[in-house]
Amino acid sequence: MNEVSFHNFRVSAAQAIANAHLQSAIDGATLKFRNGRRAMLADLPDVEAMRDHFKAMRSATLAHLTDYLEQFECNARAAGAQVHWARDAAEAQQIVIGIARQHGAQLAVKAKSMTTEEIHLNAALAEAGITSVETDLGEWIVQLAAEAPAHIVVPALHKTRQQVAELFSREVGKPLSADDIPTLTAEARRALREKFLAAQIGISGANLGVAETGSIVLVTNEGNGRMVSSVPPVHVAVMGIEKLCPTWDDAAVWLELLARSSTGQPLSVYTTVLTGPARPDDPDGPRELHIVLYDGGRSRLIGTSYEEVLQCIRCGACLNHCPVYQEAGGHAYGHAYSGPIGAVLVPLLLGLEQYEALPHASSLCGACLEVCPARIDLPRMLLDLRAEEVTHGIIAPPEQAIEKSAAWLLRHRRLFNLLTDLGRVFQRPLVRHGGLWLPRRLNPAQERQLPSLAPRSFHDLWEELAAEEAAPAPVARRRLPSRRTTVTLAGLSLLPLALLWRLLRRKGGKRR
Amino acid sequence: MASAKRVAIMVTCMVDQVMPEVGVAAVKLLRRAGYTVEFPVDQTCCGQPFFNSGFRAQAADLARRTVRLFERYDAVVLPGGSCAAMIRKEYPHLLERWPGETARAEALAARTYELSEFLVHVAGWLPTPAPNAPRVTYHDSCHMNRMLGLGAESRQLLRAAGCEIIEMHESDRCCGFGGLFSIRIPEVSNAMTQEKLRRADATGAQVLVSADPGCLMQMRGFARQTGVRLAHLAVLLEELTR
Repeated sequence: MNEVSFHNFRVSAAQAIANAHLQSAIDGATLKFRNGRRAMLADLPDVEAMRDHFKAMRSATLAHLTDYLEQFECNARAAGAQVHWARDAAEAQQIVIGIARQHGAQLAVKAKSMTTEEIHLNAALAEAGITSVETDLGEWIVQLAAEAPAHIVVPALHKTRQQVAELFSREVGKPLSADDIPTLTAEARRALREKFLAAQIGISGANLGVAETGSIVLVTNEGNGRMVSSVPPVHVAVMGIEKLCPTWDDAAVWLELLARSSTGQPLSVYTTVLTGPARPDDPDGPRELHIVLYDGGRSRLIGTSYEEVLQCIRCGACLNHCPVYQEAGGHAYGHAYSGPIGAVLVPLLLGLEQYEALPHASSLCGACLEVCPARIDLPRMLLDLRAEEVTHGIIAPPEQAIEKSAAWLLRHRRLFNLLTDLGRVFQRPLVRHGGLWLPRRLNPAQERQLPSLAPRSFHDLWEELAAEEAAPAPVARRRLPSRRTTVTLAGLSLLPLALLWRLLRRKGGKRR
Repeated sequence: MASAKRVAIMVTCMVDQVMPEVGVAAVKLLRRAGYTVEFPVDQTCCGQPFFNSGFRAQAADLARRTVRLFERYDAVVLPGGSCAAMIRKEYPHLLERWPGETARAEALAARTYELSEFLVHVAGWLPTPAPNAPRVTYHDSCHMNRMLGLGAESRQLLRAAGCEIIEMHESDRCCGFGGLFSIRIPEVSNAMTQEKLRRADATGAQVLVSADPGCLMQMRGFARQTGVRLAHLAVLLEELTR
């Protein structure tokens, strides 16, 4: 099954681009985060050294991940937590459902977690007859709308105030005004509080785990993570195996870079640490704490050239700085992990063939690498994935043939110049306003005008230019390349190539 | 007096075929800076389009070809940051499969310069202020800015030529080109370009200057939607230093 083909990505992105509200919401939120990040990082004494240190720590942890996972498990158990291992999404779902059933849980409250999005936990719980309620305001909105998160950090980025008011009105059973934000918030708070108190189980992800104490850390801005992990009697945290650091010193750097890179805060509002379940004399907290260590394809990446992607801490800075994400929106990526990190991570975890367009959903501008707190070289990995698509034949044969012929042609300069000179002749009826005029249906660039070949190439001009240096007196200009009259290889100019490209791509798109 | 200072120009395939005036301007500027310019006539493409779309073998073939054509020169200058970055940053590892090729690629990389970089740091040449120099805004093209760390040099040259620079909002935001990206996902590419042009228009500058032919070609696809003139750095500087 092809989840994100070029066609799917383009259609979804075009819808996002045409949606003026969505565009202004993305622009506003990402600009705020970009400015916030810049200001907050400038506030640190030596942020570049800190990022280097952080990268080295992430890299060293992954190099000895098995050891740290064992240490984490051992210390978590010693603190009274129960540790589970899940190889894939189905296993992780079954573990969580099993724990819920064991406690007869009908209602679960959830803190925002990308890992549980990744394993589609809500759908699995629903199928098992367990209602789960998202308690992060944004996640709740997205859940009520039965949609996917549009941003790693701000899931309901794409919803308008009016849409939120409609969703809330339906949920609480009374009409709420979109203009009365305090009432909307208060209603959400009231509705969610009921859920917190009624739920038999709380579910979260984990922003990170600390091996030396077997603790997990949750960061939230609404305090719902704290409610989810302290009010219900049982708590389950699903954590990707890569979200681990050795010591609390490492965790401190992690938390500092996470909040600053993500939302431009010095620290998230709530930082919740869970080390085992509640002690007998604790006033609150879960009586049982379960930690599900989830692999889901991550361990396969260890030791490969893609291992670096596991250094990601899901801050979303790459999304906030990505011009492609800002135009295409999160949903075009076809997965909860969107933006540059999604474009690399999703094909790696779920299959390149199913997500063939994602490695190409980038202009390779490099903004993601520039802002990543762990300096993950996403552009390099996008290039590596593209190369894999070629070697594995995921890029369609006609397209491969065109690329390979073009490269061959460029190794034969005389022939190349001959063909481009031909192109100059054949393009003439189509040249308007200094570019090619093509009907939109045939224009692979859509509404953008493709360039036309210049009347004379630099190769053609060079002779005069060289002569100018020898004798600065102006040389009489030839109006057109003399070669063109000698050329008879009709139909091989660049224009038919472009048309052929377009036709083959359309054919390819239909086949899919 | 014959000048001993020689430099080879690699005009890039895009300049060769689509905007040769950029190559002509670059040659004239290098001459004004006191250099004799050579044009190795067999040059075509650095291989970047193939490298960026995953065709590594084809890119490597073109890279080896380019190394052989240019390694005999003391300095190679390109009027395009992206292609210069390809030679400087990608050739050495692209060619590491062939023993000896990486060393040759590294040697070439060490002598390869983007035009503004060469004029400012190697030639030590700056234009003199021209009367009626336009108000400009400068687009930091991605590879030139992020891979080569260049951008201050273009601005220095423009200021020396008398231009007032009005910075646009996030001048380092991608223009939307990205090579084949602009054809594979044209909807997004075009939206990015239009956003770029809106931001350039908002400065009230007369000219949007780019030092990269790729960006310029992309933006020219929407030239009719903007009132600002789109010019390559070399072309504008050449006009102002006649």
